[in-house]
Amino acid sequence: MSIYILCLILFAVGLYCLLVKRNLIKKIVGLGIMEYAVNLFFILLGYRHNGQAPILDKEQAIVNMVDPLPQALILTSIVIGLGVMALMVAITVRLYEKYRTFDIGEIRRLKG
Amino acid sequence: MLPIFVIIPLGCAFLIPIASKWRKGSAQILANLAGGLLLLFSIKSIFWLKTGIKLYYLGGWKPPFGIAMALDGMTVLMLIVVNLIGCLALVYSIDYIKRYTSPALYYTLFSLLLAGLNGVVVSADLFNLFVFLEITSIASYALVAFGTEAEELEASFKYLVLGSVASILILLAIGMLLGSVSTLNMADISRSLAASSSSSKDIILYCTALFIMGFGLKTALVPFHAWLPDAHPAAPAPMSAMLSGVVIKTIGVYALCRVVFNILGFTQMISSIFIWLGIISMLVGVLLAIGQWDFKRLLAYHSISQIGYVIFGIGLGTPLGIMGGLFHLFNHSLFKSLLFLNAGSVEYSTGTRQLEKLGGLSKQMPVTSATSLIASLSIAGIPPFCGFWSKLVIIIAAFQANNIAGGVVCVLVGIITLASFLKIQKYVFIRKVEEAMAGVKEAPLYMLFSMAVLAVLCVAAGLLFLPFMDTIIKPASDALLEGLNYAGLILGT
Repeated sequence: MSIYILCLILFAVGLYCLLVKRNLIKKIVGLGIMEYAVNLFFILLGYRHNGQAPILDKEQAIVNMVDPLPQALILTSIVIGLGVMALMVAITVRLYEKYRTFDIGEIRRLKG
Repeated sequence: MLPIFVIIPLGCAFLIPIASKWRKGSAQILANLAGGLLLLFSIKSIFWLKTGIKLYYLGGWKPPFGIAMALDGMTVLMLIVVNLIGCLALVYSIDYIKRYTSPALYYTLFSLLLAGLNGVVVSADLFNLFVFLEITSIASYALVAFGTEAEELEASFKYLVLGSVASILILLAIGMLLGSVSTLNMADISRSLAASSSSSKDIILYCTALFIMGFGLKTALVPFHAWLPDAHPAAPAPMSAMLSGVVIKTIGVYALCRVVFNILGFTQMISSIFIWLGIISMLVGVLLAIGQWDFKRLLAYHSISQIGYVIFGIGLGTPLGIMGGLFHLFNHSLFKSLLFLNAGSVEYSTGTRQLEKLGGLSKQMPVTSATSLIASLSIAGIPPFCGFWSKLVIIIAAFQANNIAGGVVCVLVGIITLASFLKIQKYVFIRKVEEAMAGVKEAPLYMLFSMAVLAVLCVAAGLLFLPFMDTIIKPASDALLEGLNYAGLILGT
């Protein structure tokens, strides 16, 4: 159980970073931490203590395998996360070219 | 036949960058061809539904193990909304996108967006739905920033951060469901949750909260609405029409309803959450809209308010309320897309969208002016047009369900909406001509064509609303009202 709480704390660290930090790059890092906390949560769902790799072999009896499904899902999720991260960094670079700053307080032409 | 809705736009998105290397104009031909085909197939899907729910098993694996796709009444309604608006926005783009430097990239992203939207709608697997939702989101983040001006990048970054948080919350909820029932097929999840013991009640509660937060952020219901008024005006006009008309409905309202009605179960608590979210969205959206002077920003605030109607109607939970909500969803996609296309053509011809600087365009731009009048009357709920009937159905349903306060708010918001659209008509089209507006010409042909088609549809859906509700809206609301029986329909037995 405690390992899930640690995972939740990791999630909360990411959320705190996203909400409080004013630097765009730090916000992106916070979002990355949140995402990996959720990925870790998925992996924990399939985890068995002293588990074996889920490879079906003739000699090997099926005892105490880890669940392969969450691992397969998380591969997809990591790739999606990579795409979002790349787009985010690209937009941040362009924002820096326009505003000459990473401070979210000074990037506010839109309001109302 | 179901995967065709994903294959066509995805293949098109792959072919466009290659084809546009050897011929410049091929990108728009390919994209429009794909849009037309998709529209044709989505209209055909009404007839597929006549013989019951259609299923497709990816790779031939049966539901609890493989990925399944399903077509029921709700899916058909959303397919028509997505592909109708998508096709018309693509036709509109032929002329509009000439102002931007790389049309091929625009059409690639647009095709990816269509692939994602269609995928969300046909998928019957929760993780698959999430993947398509992310494809949609990434394509729309990129399209919001397409102009790469300072404001557009800022809006896109805001949208990106909030959209990613929403995706993470949805993924967390999917993980919790996977942990408790060890399956991802929607029908199988719903059956396992119903069969398991009382501890699943807590899981359902957590997941409902996470899903409402996640999809609420994607839908821009009021406590979660901060990104919408920035992101929707910043995009190119056809993309704004897609965002307001289709994207917030498909990855927001549709996904939320599918999850809440067919997987987790619609309870009294969820009903009251929906009703309150709807009422607050209606009021706050329309009150913030009055003071706006940017044409597209005003329309974006009205999107929040009109989505409030949809969520309120569906949240009532009665057959009439759900039907009204879904009918309003369809109508809103028609007239809000039309209004955004109008705003785009005004901006195309005059170069500004500030209401104070515009004026007297009804002489110079007769088609834009006439179609925007039809759209304004529709959104404000004036009798023969489509918006009137759906609002009427929602208000009657509210009074039938003894929700007097909600019904009164609906009427009140309708009146304020009328006021703010009179403001648009007055400032943009009717007011006396200024010197600066003298040389303005009407927008090019393809832009006029898609606006005219949407205006005709607005009138047609209003005049023929009874046969229309029978053929398209009724099966959709029946699919939601099936509730947890959905599992039996999909899995057989």
